[in-house]
Amino acid sequence: MDGLPTHRRLPDLVVLPGTREELIAVVRLLAAHDVPFVPRGAGTGLSGGALADEGSVLIVLTRLNRILKMDAGNRAAIVEPGVVNAKLSAAAQPHGLQYAPDPSSQSACTIGGNVAENAGGPHCLKYGVTANHVLALELLLADGTMVESGSPGGEPWGPDLVGLFVGSEGNFGIATKITVRLTPLPRAVRTMLADFNGLRTAGEAVSAIIAAGIVPAALEMMDQSCIAAVEDSVYAAGYPRDAAAVLLVELDGRNEAGVIAETEAVAELLRKSGARSVRIAASEAERERLWQGRKKAFGAMGRLSRDLVVQDAVVPRSALPQVLETICTIAKRYDLVVSNVFHAGDGNLHPNISFDATDPALKQRVEAASAEIMSTCIAAGGTITGEHGVGIDKLRYMPLIFDPESLGAMQAVRRVFDPKERVNPGKVVPVHACREWTSIRSAKFGMRNDDRQFNSAFPISHSTLEPVP
Amino acid sequence: MTILEKVTALLGEGAVLEPSTDRVPRIAPGSPDAVALLLGTAHQEGWRVRIEGAGTWLQSDAPADLALTTRRLDRIPAVEPADLTATAEAGIGLDQLRQQLADRGAWLSIDPPGLAGRTLGSIVATATAGPLRHGFGPIKDHLLGVTFVTGDGRMVQSGGRVMKNVAGYDLTRLQAGGFGAFGVIVLVHLRLRTLPRADVTYLLEGAREDLTQVGEDIAAAGLTPAALELVSPALARRERWVLGVRLAGSPALVAADEAGLRAASGGARFMPLRAEEAHAFWMRLAEGFAVRPVTFRIGGVPSASDELLDLLQHQLGDEWISASPAAGAIRWTGDATIDRLQRLRRTLAGLEVPLTLERAPWPLRGAVGHFGAYREGVGPLVAGLRRTFDPGSALVVATEGS
Ligand SMILES: Cc1cc2nc3c(=O)[nH]c(=O)nc-3n(C[C@@H](O)[C@H](O)[C@H](O)COP(=O)(O)OP(=O)(O)OC[C@H]3O[C@@H](n4cnc5c(N)ncnc54)[C@H](O)[C@@H]3O)c2cc1C
Ligand SMILES: Cc1cc2nc3c(=O)[nH]c(=O)nc-3n(C[C@H](O)[C@H](O)[C@H](O)COP(=O)(O)OP(=O)(O)OC[C@H]3O[C@@H](n4cnc5c(N)ncnc54)[C@H](O)[C@@H]3O)c2cc1C
Repeated sequence: MDGLPTHRRLPDLVVLPGTREELIAVVRLLAAHDVPFVPRGAGTGLSGGALADEGSVLIVLTRLNRILKMDAGNRAAIVEPGVVNAKLSAAAQPHGLQYAPDPSSQSACTIGGNVAENAGGPHCLKYGVTANHVLALELLLADGTMVESGSPGGEPWGPDLVGLFVGSEGNFGIATKITVRLTPLPRAVRTMLADFNGLRTAGEAVSAIIAAGIVPAALEMMDQSCIAAVEDSVYAAGYPRDAAAVLLVELDGRNEAGVIAETEAVAELLRKSGARSVRIAASEAERERLWQGRKKAFGAMGRLSRDLVVQDAVVPRSALPQVLETICTIAKRYDLVVSNVFHAGDGNLHPNISFDATDPALKQRVEAASAEIMSTCIAAGGTITGEHGVGIDKLRYMPLIFDPESLGAMQAVRRVFDPKERVNPGKVVPVHACREWTSIRSAKFGMRNDDRQFNSAFPISHSTLEPVP
Repeated sequence: MTILEKVTALLGEGAVLEPSTDRVPRIAPGSPDAVALLLGTAHQEGWRVRIEGAGTWLQSDAPADLALTTRRLDRIPAVEPADLTATAEAGIGLDQLRQQLADRGAWLSIDPPGLAGRTLGSIVATATAGPLRHGFGPIKDHLLGVTFVTGDGRMVQSGGRVMKNVAGYDLTRLQAGGFGAFGVIVLVHLRLRTLPRADVTYLLEGAREDLTQVGEDIAAAGLTPAALELVSPALARRERWVLGVRLAGSPALVAADEAGLRAASGGARFMPLRAEEAHAFWMRLAEGFAVRPVTFRIGGVPSASDELLDLLQHQLGDEWISASPAAGAIRWTGDATIDRLQRLRRTLAGLEVPLTLERAPWPLRGAVGHFGAYREGVGPLVAGLRRTFDPGSALVVATEGS
């Protein structure tokens, strides 16, 4: 299994190549014998992407963990796929640099896994997700071919194959060498905690900050259930237990005066939006403590029950207050403990459900509630995953946001990279829901979650259109 | 029936415009569905189609049976200032889009080269970023999703309208910079910023090498300009090279950066521009790329910027150049022959620097190609993607050249 507790699979064979050459030899051998395989990094994925079935081989990349080049002058590094995210940032630090994407799993997850999932993290609000930080990729395709995509400066050789590969969840091949952009470390950082009486007011405070044109480095929210879990754990951060929600806001920059001025502006906005109190971390130790609660929140929730489903969805920021209330209602209706800890600034929700997977009835309720939460987010104009990927967990939701034609297009692109669909089979695109890409074309417009506004802008006027199934 | 009669029957008379100077029929579908219908038919009939945006710049001169222009796809179905997102059709002019966004306090932080009326679709299709790429990244970083129509008339949507999205493969990034080779973009979901409350520009004139040094000092001092652009004298219409520094954002940050700029540039005298002067400076720069027949961009690592500028100067001349040294991006315009461009592309490939031909008359474009000098393994993938999204080769695009 990976970080998703609901699925388990057993591969026929697990291989841990120790060098790039070994890896290439293994993949070419598998190609010669037509054997499917699944690349795997640290296995922290939360959508079942790194699971391999019987009949396929799991290729674990964690031994390919060398930083091949640290080019501080050009703010870039070249790494093998198994390098752990936090180790890269640690190696960059002496040069005054960091690798900006910082998933909460950064002490374990690999850069290869980050590339495959287009991973985000708390600081992606300001700095962008993995896709914004990958300059070039060396790829090993399923048939054993090597591809050099991107260039050291980031400009593609033609179409942007790097951009296409990032987020392809191991379906296009293996990233064997990764050139990433490094970012100067901020020189000034201010972190503050604001607490609220209601989820709605906290959501509104998020909107107020964004509307003011300030881009915090991070803008994270935790609800009462999450606060309680954190405060009961060894990661207790001093979050007020009676708050309905807390916001953790961080501002950073290269210019102390600018950061101080923006911090004051944000504190004022938070108060005006109904924060009960706003606490600005007075020391590095206090800042770290505030962050520790957030970064270890998933771990802390682990104490609530035997299993935890970490959900992932995105809604437009302005829909946060309403969606959070609906999620609360859903949790009550299914009698489940749902804790929210998420990247509020991006509208990227993580409603996490605590449960015991050995209880089949409970498991069913969890599935049903998850599905309802997804529908709620889609109805609000959102999407089914903002950073954890589709894997196998979210296959069933893909037809809710993409029409058969668009799913077919994805499948067709996958076949350009891997005609036999041997690498990481059965993930991301629900094959049964695709329109066959070689059949007669048809014109069908629009996202399933389009609202009236869109429909009226694009009247579906021609007879070739088929009804949405 | 002639092609024109068939198209008129299909889409109505309103979709037929005056033919181009080379007498190729020009069709302006009025909706994404009409684009799909037209391309579906073209695929079946074996027509060759060239894509135009506003047709303001790139000569619509590719050999084709008909020209498809996106100019009637000019609606803006949604602007959401609270979410900082917008959805616009591909044929909207950037100037109009900008205005409508500004009215709602929102800003699309790109400043592509070209006239103000360039279509959004063409900017996405050619991935032509301007000086703001220094602070806000390449065009692809501003896209949340696109809807496009393939060469055989399929409508495909990718991405969505929210800030983060990893549902499915990222076909949006294939379309950004695909030069229309993988379909016609009909709808774009954009990521916006709030209109900067403070936006100031400073200029420094001097020798190129000196300005490069100042640019490095500014970066080292930790300033975060929206643009830090090195511009050749002819393009800037000044005596000497110019370093343009644009600071945009909250008043607090901009004030802090202004102070930092004075400190970092030690003695060098930056000249502040008045708002209208600043506007004129950046616009002139964008439009300056309109004057000459050929434009290309190259992308190297920042530390190679000087060497690459020297190389360009040596091989083609450096009269019309604009560069973001810290982003390693250089744009050149002027007159060039097929031979010289191909030689330059080869030389650059040896340095791991791609050259993307952004615009040129068809004879040159067709021979040199927008892309070329692929690295290992890239060619077959591009060919496969082309076949996937345009199985009948209906779309006339000079991808690799002949
Ligand atoms: C005055 C001016 C100066 C310019 N200077 C430069 C410059 O210096 N550097 C630079 O890089 N660019 C420059 N350009 C832009 C130039 O690269 C392109 O020709 C630009 O796309 C022109 O925009 P357009 O709306 O006129 O599109 P067109 O010229 O009609 O089309 C441009 C290209 O994009 C494709 N295309 C257009 N719309 C779509 C769509 N919806 N879907 C798929 N493909 C599409 C077309 O097939 C064509 O290949 C300039 C443009 C102008 C107007
Ligand atoms: C506590 C916790 C917190 C998390 N927080 C975040 C967060 O804040 N943001 C976020 O985005 N994610 C988060 N995640 C999810 C997960 O950590 C990320 O998706 C991460 O990128 C996975 O990396 P990995 O090395 O563990 O990959 P794995 O789980 O091993 O693999 C993930 C996918 O990548 C593929 N893959 C792995 N390596 C390669 C390669 N070299 N080439 C091609 N494909 C490859 C696999 O086939 C699989 O499909 C969190 C997970 C946990 C458990």
